[in-house]
Amino acid sequence: MSALELANKLKAKFGELIAEPMEFRGEISLKISDSAQIHEVCNFAKRQLGLDYLVDITSVDNYGEDPRFTIIYHLRSVAANIELRLKTDVSEEKSEIASVISIWRTANWHEREIYDMMGVRFSGHPDLRRILMWEGYPYFPLRKDFPLAGKPTDLPNVAFTKPAPLEGGPFVTVAEKADSTAREPRVRNPEE
Amino acid sequence: MPTHTDFAYDSKIEGDVVVTRVDAALNWFRKNSVWPMPMGLACCAIELMAAGASRFDISRFGSEVMRFSPRQSDCMIVAGTVTYKMAASLKRIYDQMAEPKWVIAMGACASTGGMYRSYAVVQGVDTIVPVDIYICGCPPRPEAVLDALMKLQNKISTEPVLKDLNIFTKADRGTVKS
Repeated sequence: MSALELANKLKAKFGELIAEPMEFRGEISLKISDSAQIHEVCNFAKRQLGLDYLVDITSVDNYGEDPRFTIIYHLRSVAANIELRLKTDVSEEKSEIASVISIWRTANWHEREIYDMMGVRFSGHPDLRRILMWEGYPYFPLRKDFPLAGKPTDLPNVAFTKPAPLEGGPFVTVAEKADSTAREPRVRNPEE
Repeated sequence: MPTHTDFAYDSKIEGDVVVTRVDAALNWFRKNSVWPMPMGLACCAIELMAAGASRFDISRFGSEVMRFSPRQSDCMIVAGTVTYKMAASLKRIYDQMAEPKWVIAMGACASTGGMYRSYAVVQGVDTIVPVDIYICGCPPRPEAVLDALMKLQNKISTEPVLKDLNIFTKADRGTVKS
């Protein structure tokens, strides 16, 4: 049993919903065209295909494109030593996807982190609170339109934030330059 | 000729006399038992633990009594990255410490935010509490912590303790000094 065979089984079950498996450096990714079906696909992947371990859930902000967000599920079968990746898009207007806690309980904190950092809500989550920032923080800091230095906020007796002084930064190191003076962290414009 | 006085001093029993000023004596007591409040928040805390362990031995300077209660400690050593989420707790712990109290900002993060030019990190703990000594380094070596402690001792020994203190003299007895 290989990851590709698992991917083809998944595709045989759901047909048009799942695009052709993409292989990159021996890792298989599957794109699910309708994010509303994610719970059914994940349920099948765990109960029938033995992908019993949810390694992580991550999110991507494709800023300026539509749909804006991509949610990525990293699945693993511990017994068969196979990894499979599921991707699905969520539009900014919807910003909501079904929770998979009823399938893998470990999804609880992964989904809370994505809600905290990216602002995508998970319907059916029993405890959808922020996990790193505090309740009442008004922004989603890993979105592309959020500045690296941050924005000023104030929640009395809880927390406040101020923009960090970047001094023209962020400072970037260039790996391939010959001498250490050229490699060291400097303010570098992307055009250079 | 009086045969006795109200105050007797027997040098055979009590030892020799050292003459000093009251505030110098108080400062000497204070600076040789600075009890730290180890506010360990990141990797600097590991170096702070090393400073407290046998190889570097912070007890040579009277600071081996690490107190995890703010009510029993004199000097808060902020060792590590202070996030905005932690800032309120840190301020609250500092406010609970009894006077006199001092703060050492240990390492780049506590002093300036360090490499974290970020939405989540306080850019220097001196924005929320008054800092007496800054230690550079990322993280600083335990020797640097001990050096900061000695500098803090020098600072304590020059503080005018009695300036704001009300001293009752014999003539003041029975009156209320404001």
